[in-house]
Amino acid sequence: MAELQFREALLEAIDEEMGRDESVFIMGEEVAEYNGAYKVTEGLLDKYGFKRVIDTPISELGFAGIGVGAAMNGLRPIVEFMTFNFAVLAADQIINHASKVRYMLGGQASCPIVFRGPNASAGQLGATHSVAYDSMYAHFPGLSVIYPSEPDDAKGLLKSAIRNDDAVIFMESEQMYGLKGEVSEEDDYLIPIGKGKIKREGSDVTVVATGKMYHIVKQAAAEMAKDGVEMEIIDPRTIKPLDIDLIVESVKKTNRCVIVDEAHPFGGLASEVGFLIQREAFDYLDAPVRRVTLPDVNAPFSKPLFDLWLPDAKQVVEAVNAVTYRT
Amino acid sequence: MAKKEQEAVFTPVGINTSNNSKVEKSVDLPEPTKKTHKQLGLSDDEVLEMFEQMYLQRRFEERAMQMYQKGKFGGFLHLYIGQEAVSTGTVFALNDDDDIITAYRDHGWGLVRGVTPKEGMAELFGKAAGCSKGKGGSMHFANVEQHFWGGYGIVGGHIPIGAGLAFANKYQDNGRISTCFFGDGAVDQGALHETLNMSQLWKLPCVFIVENNGYSMGTATRRHTVGEIHERAKGYGMKSAVFNGMDALTVYENMKNIAKEVREDKMPWFVEIRTYRYRGHSMSDPQKYRSKEELEEYQKTDPIERMKSYILDKKIAKKADIEEIENKVEDEVLEAVEFADETPFPEPEALYEDMFAGEPHFHDKK
Repeated sequence: MAELQFREALLEAIDEEMGRDESVFIMGEEVAEYNGAYKVTEGLLDKYGFKRVIDTPISELGFAGIGVGAAMNGLRPIVEFMTFNFAVLAADQIINHASKVRYMLGGQASCPIVFRGPNASAGQLGATHSVAYDSMYAHFPGLSVIYPSEPDDAKGLLKSAIRNDDAVIFMESEQMYGLKGEVSEEDDYLIPIGKGKIKREGSDVTVVATGKMYHIVKQAAAEMAKDGVEMEIIDPRTIKPLDIDLIVESVKKTNRCVIVDEAHPFGGLASEVGFLIQREAFDYLDAPVRRVTLPDVNAPFSKPLFDLWLPDAKQVVEAVNAVTYRT
Repeated sequence: MAKKEQEAVFTPVGINTSNNSKVEKSVDLPEPTKKTHKQLGLSDDEVLEMFEQMYLQRRFEERAMQMYQKGKFGGFLHLYIGQEAVSTGTVFALNDDDDIITAYRDHGWGLVRGVTPKEGMAELFGKAAGCSKGKGGSMHFANVEQHFWGGYGIVGGHIPIGAGLAFANKYQDNGRISTCFFGDGAVDQGALHETLNMSQLWKLPCVFIVENNGYSMGTATRRHTVGEIHERAKGYGMKSAVFNGMDALTVYENMKNIAKEVREDKMPWFVEIRTYRYRGHSMSDPQKYRSKEELEEYQKTDPIERMKSYILDKKIAKKADIEEIENKVEDEVLEAVEFADETPFPEPEALYEDMFAGEPHFHDKK
C-alpha cells in the first residue's frame, strides 16, 4: 500500500489508463497548461502532449457534446468539469444524449465517456456552487454514478469508469483532493462499479454514507464508540448501480438504519435507500429508518448559517440515538 | 381617460401583415449553378440515380403521411418534402465514409445513406425490423455502419456531437470529414455558438450546415433570428457559403468543393443552404403562418420537377425511362408499407435491450 492524496490517486488512474489505451484523452477547463484547477491532471500534458490533454474554453455544453460525439466515433473521453455545478449547463448532452443515444438508435452507437469533477459543497461558496448532483444523475437510465470517499476507492473505480463501455458520472470533492489514504499498489487495480464496501463493522446500527459524508459519519462513529454504540458504516461508493443487497444484509444484522446524504431531502439517495429497506427488510427493523440530509434550502454564504445547513457529526449522532432509542 | 399609447412589440409581427398582396418569401433562393452535370463531373447514370433517390424520399414520405393519417403509427412525423436536393446533392458529393448527423427531419438522410425503404417504414411503424429496432421512431433514423449517425430530437443538441465526430476523425487522422445538418431554428441555440467557437479554435474538419427552410416550427426566419444566417461565420473567422438548396446539382457542386477543402486544410465551414419545407413542421401543424401563394411560389422551384426537366432537356433519358424509374420507386415504397404493416413489433424482452454496450444494470428491476 502507498499513501496517496485523493488527487494523486485520481491522477494515477488517469495516467495508467491513458498509458494503456491511445483512445483515452482528457479535456476540460485548465486541465493542460495550468495543470488542472485542482492539480488532478498535473504532469499529464508533459507526458501525453497537446493531442490528448486539451484545454477547453468555458463552454460546458459545447465541450461535453464534443466529448459525446468523440465517444460515439471511437474515442474514450474523460471530460473534466471544474465542478458539477457547471455541468448543469451541459445537462442536455449528459441527460439527453450520452445516456440515451445507444437506446434510441437501437444499439447502433455507444458512448464510452467519463464526466468527472467535484460535486456538492466546499465551504462558503454560495448557492450555485454547493449542490450535490449524484442522485439527480442516478435518476436517469443508462448512467452509472460514482461518488467515492477515499483515495483507494477513487483509483480503482476511476480506472473501471474509464474502461466502462457506457457513460459514467464520476464525482469528487474539492475538500477531499488533499485527503490522504492508503492506496493499493496492485498492478492494474480495478474496483468493480456497483459494489459497496463495509468501511467499519458494527452491530448496533447501519449507517449509509458516501463521498464527503462518509468522513462525517466516521467522526460520529468514533464518538459513539465511546458510549458503547458500534456503528456499521456502509459506503455504497457507487450511487448507481446501487449495492442495495449489501445494505439490506447489514440492516438485517443491526435492525436499524440511518442514511446520511449531502443532497436536499426530496427524492435523493436517502429516500431511495429508505424505501428499499422498508420493502426488503421490513420485518427486521426495530425502528423507523432515519436520514440526515441538507434542508430544503439553498446553500447560504454566512458561516454560521452554512454550518447549520451542512450535515455534521452531531446530526448523525442524534439520528443514531433516535433509531437506538437512546434519547 | 388618457389616450392609449402604442403597446410595446417584441417579436417582429408576422400574422396578418399586409404586403400589398405580394407574396412575402421567407427565404430568398440564390441562383442555381449554370454548370451542366458533365461540367461537374457527374455521369448521366449518376444524374438518374440522383433523380431516383429524390423521388424515393418524396414518395416514401407521401406514403408515410398517408399511413400516419390512417392511424398506422403515432408519435411525431416531421416531413422533409421539398428539401430532398439537399440530402441527395450532399451524399453524392461526400465520400461514403464521411460522417453525417442531422436533426429530427431525418427520413431523407436515412434513405440516401443506406436505410432501406423497408427498414425506414418499419421504424416509423415501431417494428423490430426498423433501422433503429423500433426504439427511435421517425426522429431517430440511423445507419451508423454507413456513417449516418442519426437524427436527433433536441433542437441544436446534436451540433456539438457533430463537432465531436470531427474531433475523433482528426484525432484518429482517418481522412474522414464530418457534416452536421440542422434547421434555421437551431441557429438560435447557444450550442451553436459554443461549437463554432471551439471548432474554429481547434481546427475541426467539420461542415456545419443550416438547412434554412424558412421556418423555425411556425415562426418565419425573419421573426426568429437577426441578420443573414451565413454571415454569423464572420464572428468566428470561419469560412462560409450560402447557396440554392432546391437544385441538387448546385448542392452537389458546392458541397464537393467544400468537402475537398475541409479534407485538405482540416478547417471548418459554416454553410447556409436555402430550401423550403412544403409541409407543416409536424403533422399537427395547421400552417396558418404562411399563405397558400407563398407555398405555391416555392413549389414552382420543386427540386424533383427541376431534375426531371433537366434530364429531358439534356436528353439524359426519355420520358418513358423516367416513368420507369418512378414506377420502380412506387413499387418499392408500396412494398415497404406492406412490409412495415406485417413485420412484428419488438418482443417484450426488447424493452431492456440496447441500453448498454457493456454490463447492463437497471435499478430495482424485478
